Amino acid sequence: MPTVDWSARGRAMQKWQNQRAWFLVIPVVVLVAFNALIPVMTVVNYSVQDIFDSTHRIFVGTEWYREMLLNTRLQHALLRQLVFSGLVLLIELPLGVAIALTMPRKGGWGLSATLVIVALPLLIPWNVIGTIWVIFLRPDIGLLGHFIDHTLGIHFDYPTVPIQAWISVMMMEVWHWTPLVVLLAYAGLRSIPDAYYQAANIDAASRWAVFWYIQLPKMRGVLTIAVLLRFMDSFLIYTEPFVLTGGGPGDTTTFLSIYLVKLAVGEFDVGKAAAFSIIYFLIVLVFSYVFYQVLLRAQRGEVR
Amino acid sequence: MALIEFENVAHSYLRSPARMEDYALRPMNLAWQDGGAYALLGASGSGKTTLLNIISGLLRPSAGRVRFDGRDVTDSSTVQRNIAQVFQFPVIYDTMTVFDNLAFPLRNRGVAAADVRSRVSEVAEMLDLTDHLRWRASGLAADEKQKVSLGRGLVRSDVSAILFDEPLTVIDPNLKWRLRRKLKEIHKRYNTTLIYVTHDQSEALTFADRVVVIHEGSVLQQGTPQELFETPIDRFVGYFIGSPGMNFLPCRLSGDGAEVVGQFVPLAATLLAKATQTTGLEIGIRPEAIGLSSSGSGLAVEIGDVEHLGTRNIATCRLGEHEIKVVVPPEQPILSERGILKFNPAMTRLYADGRLVG
Amino acid sequence: MSIRLESVSMVSMGESIINDVSLAVERGTMNVLLGPTLAGKTTLMRLMAGLDKPTSGRILDDGNDVTGVSVRERSVAMVYQEFVNYPSFTVYENIAAPLRRAKRLSAPQIDAKVRARAQMMHIDHLLHRLPSELSGGQQQRVALARALVKEAPLLLLDEPLVNLDYKLREELRSEIREIFRRGSTTVVYATTEPQEALLFGGNTIVLDAGRVLQCGPALEIYDRPATIRASQVFSDPPINLIRAVIGPQGCRLSPSVAFPLARHMRALPQGDYRVGVRADHIGLAGHAEYGRLIPAKVELAEINGSETYIHAGHGDFQMIAVLQGVHKFGLGDEINLYLDPRRLFVFDSAGNLVAAPGENAGGTGAH
Repeated sequence: MPTVDWSARGRAMQKWQNQRAWFLVIPVVVLVAFNALIPVMTVVNYSVQDIFDSTHRIFVGTEWYREMLLNTRLQHALLRQLVFSGLVLLIELPLGVAIALTMPRKGGWGLSATLVIVALPLLIPWNVIGTIWVIFLRPDIGLLGHFIDHTLGIHFDYPTVPIQAWISVMMMEVWHWTPLVVLLAYAGLRSIPDAYYQAANIDAASRWAVFWYIQLPKMRGVLTIAVLLRFMDSFLIYTEPFVLTGGGPGDTTTFLSIYLVKLAVGEFDVGKAAAFSIIYFLIVLVFSYVFYQVLLRAQRGEVR
Repeated sequence: MALIEFENVAHSYLRSPARMEDYALRPMNLAWQDGGAYALLGASGSGKTTLLNIISGLLRPSAGRVRFDGRDVTDSSTVQRNIAQVFQFPVIYDTMTVFDNLAFPLRNRGVAAADVRSRVSEVAEMLDLTDHLRWRASGLAADEKQKVSLGRGLVRSDVSAILFDEPLTVIDPNLKWRLRRKLKEIHKRYNTTLIYVTHDQSEALTFADRVVVIHEGSVLQQGTPQELFETPIDRFVGYFIGSPGMNFLPCRLSGDGAEVVGQFVPLAATLLAKATQTTGLEIGIRPEAIGLSSSGSGLAVEIGDVEHLGTRNIATCRLGEHEIKVVVPPEQPILSERGILKFNPAMTRLYADGRLVG
Repeated sequence: MSIRLESVSMVSMGESIINDVSLAVERGTMNVLLGPTLAGKTTLMRLMAGLDKPTSGRILDDGNDVTGVSVRERSVAMVYQEFVNYPSFTVYENIAAPLRRAKRLSAPQIDAKVRARAQMMHIDHLLHRLPSELSGGQQQRVALARALVKEAPLLLLDEPLVNLDYKLREELRSEIREIFRRGSTTVVYATTEPQEALLFGGNTIVLDAGRVLQCGPALEIYDRPATIRASQVFSDPPINLIRAVIGPQGCRLSPSVAFPLARHMRALPQGDYRVGVRADHIGLAGHAEYGRLIPAKVELAEINGSETYIHAGHGDFQMIAVLQGVHKFGLGDEINLYLDPRRLFVFDSAGNLVAAPGENAGGTGAH
């Protein structure tokens, strides 16, 4: 073998290795810059200016921000959003776990069929989901709507009754996204070795004890991921409730993003909307950070 | 505490087994005495874990009945049979403290709190876990976790047998000694039936009063460690037990001994009398029963490799195309490439078609 | 290739895994890395292979600095504890994989090499099977064959036999030993069992808690462990360590056990020491001149078929003795054990070896 100057090559290799990695990242950087950074900069730009038309702009600094933060409609929308996300977590997580617990533990065609059926709602485009439920809930031709209105005798008219609008939106949301929790929880359950169940059997543990002391602790990791995902997604939700209720009746189901779009596109108040966007972004960022820390601590706890 | 009996028990994982090979466990009759320490010894896939699971009730045998103290328990669950089991890796309840872990089986059975406390303290003391009782179980080292697993089986005073499925697998070699000793102490103190499954013959022989050797779903031999060591019934037992295993040399009967590759080996007269066939014969002799010297009468062999293992040396000798391993005391120098082997006649066995003669 | 580590340290997640390790592995030699679990053996091997970069220190390969050079650039083969094979490749493809990747050989040449290695590892009748269809021992043989076919100058084996059955381990051990004796590869074999270190012979590196305790031929470390810890790591069953006081009368182990100093201990100054004696140097009958009596109470007796292990206690210390033959003892029996003072290792209060049985301590022993 020819003699190679390993020492120089070693050092050069180190440097070359690091730099090669950067080259791979460049295309991504360009794309992200184009699709995200530049628009964000634009938004920031709009949020600190009052634009009358292409020639008249005034720099207003934090005026929009102050106005938005004091805006009662924004505050109400935020409140509704928090209630919505809270309900989502409260309903979807236990329900998802419960469904995962009933799914067959061993592989086979039964399991594959169940998995496919459970995952179906996740595959449907979001606006189609909204449309499906619009029809499903119509009191004249919709299966559920007709059932409630005629068979149960309750006057069902969700576009005009706020509580019914909320229930409808919740039903649609739970139907759409619980399968994600189910799949995550099921993956967590599958990873528990049989020996734990056998040991619990030997210890004469009740079904509840098996769940509380074995299954739930072992699912900690996946459930934290589920909480993180569901909270974030529900906080940003737009399409499905918009198609179903349009934010109504009035603004009883106007969540944050729906309000934001109304502001930006409906009222064309770009400055306010831009400021609102930034605030929204910051709220999401804070929550993400908090959840991330919790997730990290949970993982570390398990490793020990 | 129970006498455990197997009556024609067999098991196949296939729904309709056709041939013998389809059975993971061939039909067998076994009895485990009350309070004995048993080891089920076999290679991977030999059926020993299947056997253990049938005893514990985790598996229902395809054929045969299992009895505890005469009572048919074939259809009873593990809980009903009062079995405790320790697995290959520590199985503990992470969220509970060590105390709660140990108390769990008792609390589930409705034992009074005061009794729970005394029982748990007793077992914790036995296992040297008293200082850790308030700790979270997930924070312990592997061998301590295994002790907690074991402790859960010991807290119950009515347990009929404790089953171990290769429990020392995750334990460090130096700590294995300590745990084995603990198990012996526990056996002495509680006198529970202990059944220990392993593929490690030294673990089996040191732990058990009686060892059951399983190979390909059949029980080849049952006996004390000494019996298995000195008189293995089957060629496989001779090979599997002992490190290194027994030497086997094809031979022919000749006069008052046997002829191996043209050389003579004396055999005990009682042994010769029992030999009924003249073909398919082999001499079986353990490396520990052979003496190596540089001169004298005996088998002339070439000395090949010598392994120095500190406590003893193992010389691999060649006789024609056969290999013979010999255990040599460490102080004995092996200088030349040729040597003379003397077989201890009392320890020389004869095998016909793989089965012990006599 | 020869590998040299100079003051290599590895810190990961705030923990110091490897602490200032310097060692040299000569070209073409068989080396055993011996240490308990979590001693840092796997990390050290990964550093040697180039899978990880050390936090500080240098790694030299045949004199060239390869610290930081990734494993792809080095010529290393590695075998792991968990039988690692490409699951979708047949055995044949598994073994041929490194050769195909190197792209330097023609198909017939690759075929010849693969078959040769397969035959050497006794798996030539399994070439068409997938790893999932093989037993554990067979899978590990495939992994070994694949590592060998590469003919890399450095071969690293990380406790490859630990997940195999006892008997299989015995067989593979002798096979591995044969293969490496004939080859010219530099081999580093990590294990927790002192038996394997003695079996392979060669250079042994004793590792504990990220530090090298001792380095040298296996028998040498066995006969002269440098520290108490080294003697503990390199003994199975565990070595007996007893507090002793060396005074004007000789060596005293307890109020009732004292004896004149053996030759190798005579030069030691008086004071407190710890003596180590191996389990097989304690016996039931002693020659009156050599063996020193220790009355002891049996705490545990284990029979191994041809040997008996006794755990016995005397006063405040406990001993483990390995006796030849089968002896039945009950718990609590009072027995007399004899130890040969010529076989004692003496360690000072810092744990370093100050006296070891010399060549003249051999003889016929006290069995």
